[in-house]
Amino acid sequence: MSKERIGVYICHCGSNIAGTVDVVEVARWAGETLKERGVVVSRDYKFMCSSLGQELIQKDIKEQGLTRVVVAACSPHLHEQTFRNACKEGGLNPYLCELVSIREQCSWIHSDKAVGTEKAKAIVSGGVEKVIWNEPLEPLRVPINPVTLVVGGGIAGIQAALEIANSGYPVIMVEREPSIGGHMAQFDKTFPTLDCAACILTPRMVEVGSHPNVKLFSYAEVTNVSGYVGNFQVTIKQKARSVNTELCTGCGICQEKCPKKVVDPVFEAGLGYRKAIYTPFPQAVPKYPVIDRENCTYFLKGTCRACEKFCPTGAIDFTQQDEYFTFDVGQIIIATGWDLFDARRIPQYGYGRLANVFTSLEFERLSNAAGPTGGKIVLRDGVTVPKSVAIIHCVGSRDRNYNPYCSAICCMQSLKFAHIVRERTGAEVYNFYLEMRTPAKGYEEFYQRVLEEGTHFIRGKVAEITDAARYPGEEGKIIIQVENTLIGKQMRVPVDMVILSAALEPRRDFKEVARLFGISCSEEGWLIERHPKLDPVATMTEGIYIAGCAQGPKDIPASVAQGAAAAARVVGKIQQKEILMEPIRASIDQDKCSGCRICNNLCPFNAISFIEERMVSEVNPALCQGCGTCVAACPAGAISGTVFSDQAILAQLDGLLLKNVKVLDFTPA
Amino acid sequence: MTSNGKPKFAMYWAASCGGCEIAVLNIHEKILDVDANFEVVFWPVAMDAKYKDVEAMEDGSILLTLFNGAIRNEENEHLAKLLRQKSQILVAFGSCATEGCMPALANLSPLEELVSTVYSTVSTDNPENIHPQPTYKAPEGEIHIPKLYPIVRTLDQVVDVDYYMPGCPPESHQIAAVLDLVIDAIHGKATLPPKGSVIGAGGSTVCDECPRKRDVKTIREFKRIQNIMLDPEICILEQGVICSGPATRSGCGALCPQAGSPCIGCYGPAEGVLDYGARLLTAVASVIESKDPQEIERILEGIPDPAGMFYRFNLGASLLRASKAAWAR
Repeated sequence: MSKERIGVYICHCGSNIAGTVDVVEVARWAGETLKERGVVVSRDYKFMCSSLGQELIQKDIKEQGLTRVVVAACSPHLHEQTFRNACKEGGLNPYLCELVSIREQCSWIHSDKAVGTEKAKAIVSGGVEKVIWNEPLEPLRVPINPVTLVVGGGIAGIQAALEIANSGYPVIMVEREPSIGGHMAQFDKTFPTLDCAACILTPRMVEVGSHPNVKLFSYAEVTNVSGYVGNFQVTIKQKARSVNTELCTGCGICQEKCPKKVVDPVFEAGLGYRKAIYTPFPQAVPKYPVIDRENCTYFLKGTCRACEKFCPTGAIDFTQQDEYFTFDVGQIIIATGWDLFDARRIPQYGYGRLANVFTSLEFERLSNAAGPTGGKIVLRDGVTVPKSVAIIHCVGSRDRNYNPYCSAICCMQSLKFAHIVRERTGAEVYNFYLEMRTPAKGYEEFYQRVLEEGTHFIRGKVAEITDAARYPGEEGKIIIQVENTLIGKQMRVPVDMVILSAALEPRRDFKEVARLFGISCSEEGWLIERHPKLDPVATMTEGIYIAGCAQGPKDIPASVAQGAAAAARVVGKIQQKEILMEPIRASIDQDKCSGCRICNNLCPFNAISFIEERMVSEVNPALCQGCGTCVAACPAGAISGTVFSDQAILAQLDGLLLKNVKVLDFTPA
Repeated sequence: MTSNGKPKFAMYWAASCGGCEIAVLNIHEKILDVDANFEVVFWPVAMDAKYKDVEAMEDGSILLTLFNGAIRNEENEHLAKLLRQKSQILVAFGSCATEGCMPALANLSPLEELVSTVYSTVSTDNPENIHPQPTYKAPEGEIHIPKLYPIVRTLDQVVDVDYYMPGCPPESHQIAAVLDLVIDAIHGKATLPPKGSVIGAGGSTVCDECPRKRDVKTIREFKRIQNIMLDPEICILEQGVICSGPATRSGCGALCPQAGSPCIGCYGPAEGVLDYGARLLTAVASVIESKDPQEIERILEGIPDPAGMFYRFNLGASLLRASKAAWAR
């Protein structure tokens, strides 16, 4: 019999648990059957997380002299802290409380009440065995570095950086492209207000570029992250710009004189040219250009040097090398954005084959006053103004063949396109949609406005986009084959131009990003938030936040809101000055360790070092996050983790198998 | 105490190869100390004795029994229980008795399959397809052979064991040291370790005794010993050959790695480790240097027989124990 006095609390969670688990029976069973194991109190209660539920625990700790507490309720992610605090308030060390999940792991996944009840008993029994092994612990206090790394200089990252910088704390921003601004900088107008995107974005960009609290690295990438919340070390690779930023004034003469024109697949979406030395657009921040070494004549052939010749300040430096910088930062916000769905993946839509099928990003550039056509909406030949335009919604979204999710912005974007086309060309516009999704402020009104402007709306999934004319009037046109599901008829709509509202997809390198920062991503590749409703910008890794489209498709207001939210979380943490950390740590038994070094490069937090003189490995408790990787990997069993010792885990397993209440007989009869 | 006043010694082999017995004899002149200090009452491989003589002994009358071999059949189990009853100190001696060793690899296959592999496959000359039967009616009367159990068990899965001595076989210097300890304990010059201890072995792992140079491990390809010229100075595992040294209890003096051959794990798990194979498996898996699932798959193909590789000695004692269903077969 255990010498502990254990209290067991079974939560109904309204009907969430009580609907599939007979909670009264589980509490009765634990009180009787586990008495031998030290259970002195066993209760069920409607909502254990309510203040009344918590007071129940506190009262029992005082009156019954409880030394251990097991709460059977929801996942520890939700309420472990709640019940630990309740125990602390009651005078019991918080780590002597064990929360076992009979909701996510039991009631929600069973429909048979008898089965659910039996399983809940086993889970409670496991919790009781585990809690006996729990030890009183004190949280670790670590000072927090006030510097924040913001990865990605789109509107979400910009918002986050400015909020933090304006609160008086330093920010390091890293942007992969030569300029910050992100996708928003490519747009002409923003829905639903039809604000000029550049007019509202560029002041923010300039503010970031000139803010005394922001250190901006563009044309740079984060290559390594180590450490933990409050104390990360990050390595930033500054790709060689071939331009000395100390000398460059951003006058632009080099770009003017550079003889090499290159199709710009990034900023101009392949629709326009830039030079081999370039800034993506005139208002780029920072103002310094970069030399695209893959296309620069000097780097290819060893001659030219036109930019060097004409640069009035001698800022061109062909010998520049990639540089690596290491910084200590306290927290990290990841706002890496999205990539456009490759519309070539839907061959029947003809993108890449039919000249006048455009993607949404191409159309953004086409309609942008600073774009390749100066905002003139023309066909691929550069001169012909279309008389009819089809806009296809949900290209690569809401389609089980490509992406099952809704890209969230395409309906509004397509309405914006329809408006712009009507306004600038007077063409007939046909929007082919599945459902109109206009849920945010002012969106439905914009839809009404576009309806009233005379845009045709055809509800149906486009089957094919072809140039094969079948009927008179179709010659030389692009024909949209579609079933109009509102009238139940097949239609063929000949048009001059097609715009595909392609899906927003995760960045192509989402896996590397997730691994680099030690966070997880969904099956599709969107970074996962700590809680989909209650913690939308934090991640499961303490000190790392996500904002904007990296987390999932969203429009500009939502991206900005997330950027600001992440910044608020960061500033809140900085102001605490120190953080409490879970005292769950790994430690290496020096007598058992034979220095085989298997654990040495496994630690994601670089907490393990090898002590050459003594031929043993050691864990630095300040760096260790208690993840348990090394504990599992140590072939000698020399590494153990607090709270999760082998004995505790095995005891919990024995409890789950009810070996603590009956002996299983595996010997022959 | 017996007529000559010396404490009694017994040694028995159950399902084993006989290597443990040879290892005991391999202690050379130390065997004379055994004779000087003990009366050997039962040691089938070395002297004639009948089971009924043991059955006739008083309970607890044997001071020390070294029991080697796993429990494969009825006879093994009978002798294990008998010797437990008659002995004060019962030592699970060698890998088979402590953790099942090679015989326990049979637990990967059903009994019928084992028997049929032995008696019915093409390589067997058995024209009448005769299989052994537990009972046989001969003209002289009914005769029996011990019944095979469906599962090979370790000694402590059958009876209570006082000490465990690992090794396949245990190293002779370790045997000598253990005998010295028991002899000293008899004369009151030493105390025996607590019951349940592992004796005749170290407290760390083989790497501790291995002189090879070690660095961090990053494996991109597993090689087999016959396909590589091993560097004599560098850790064998780092060279891509699976060496069980990191997971294996010390005590042998790292003989195999020093002779240019990887440790195969005969000294069993390190102190406190519950499942040797699982430990070694996670360790090896964690040093594979790739994040690409397909490449990892390809790298893992370099381990043709994972069960035999990681559980070569430990399957009997591992967590992968037989279910009730296996016994019911």
